[in-house]
Amino acid sequence: MNLWLVMIAIGLITYATRLSFVLIFGQMEMPHNVRRALRFVPAAVLSAIIFPELLIRDGTLYLSPANEHLLAGLLASLVAGRTKNALLTILTGMSALLLLQALTHQF
Amino acid sequence: MPSFPSPRRQFLAGITAELPILLGVIPFGMIYGVVALAAGLTAWQAQAMSAIVFAGSAQFITAQLVGAGAPGLVIILTGGVVNLRHALYSASVAPYIKPLRPLWKWLLGYLLTDEAYAVTITHYYQNTPADPSHEVGPPSVSRHEHWYFLGSGLALWSTWQASTAVGVFLGAVIPESWPLDFAVPLTFIALVVPALRDRASVSAGVIAGVVAVLAVGMPLKLGLIAATIIGIVVGLWVEARA
Repeated sequence: MNLWLVMIAIGLITYATRLSFVLIFGQMEMPHNVRRALRFVPAAVLSAIIFPELLIRDGTLYLSPANEHLLAGLLASLVAGRTKNALLTILTGMSALLLLQALTHQF
Repeated sequence: MPSFPSPRRQFLAGITAELPILLGVIPFGMIYGVVALAAGLTAWQAQAMSAIVFAGSAQFITAQLVGAGAPGLVIILTGGVVNLRHALYSASVAPYIKPLRPLWKWLLGYLLTDEAYAVTITHYYQNTPADPSHEVGPPSVSRHEHWYFLGSGLALWSTWQASTAVGVFLGAVIPESWPLDFAVPLTFIALVVPALRDRASVSAGVIAGVVAVLAVGMPLKLGLIAATIIGIVVGLWVEARA
């Protein structure tokens, strides 16, 4: 599918979501169960992207201390949990990956 | 009749309140621009997405999935689903802006991001009587508080566009050998880990991640959708048991 169409579709869905209660369901209370479910959406989607990025290499599970992406990702998670600082998390993870890759290529 | 702050004052106060958050948004916008180019988007597409979608996580997801060669429908579904949380924000600000004219609602709706919401709703809470039986709409409008919302929203919007542009520029000059695609999972880690505050959300995240790994062989990246749904169901289940 054309990338422009994909972007416009996501943009329209997002805009509709933002307008939903402001414009249309103004008088309505959001159903309690929907509200509860929405809370878990970011954690579920983002984790479903993160885990394969760290654990899958060439289509198969790569659970090994030699997996640089996994090590760098775990370190970044630790920094994110401790500091809640996004920039520091990204810089730590990136530096760790570059360092580990440099070491691997060295030996 | 007490005197209310002028629209101009409210607008400037909204911008000022948004400033600390902008410091965190600038690197995100830049990283998005860099990552989008690395995933194969053109400079124009990367920049336009910041205006059309105007939602960081959905933009990162789109770049990531485009790079991974996912089909358009899966990208739309995933990007749309991750933005469903905005319905919560919409429901929460709706009573305050209910008396405004439709044009204002269309405009403020477009500007309703995580960051603008955080600042604006805090302002509404602080300036509106806590009594739920009180009609919250008209008083907040006569205090021109929608101008505060507009100020914080526009401050974020312009910063997001400008930092995307810087990222797109940087992306064009950074050597291709750098593992920049790794910035996407790292960005998501930075977003999701601090939000895992209770057992239910940790369960939702971990189960979704494990299912995504197990389902990685599924065609059309449908494992991502399956993992998300299972993660949400498990989160609800853990929460209900507690």
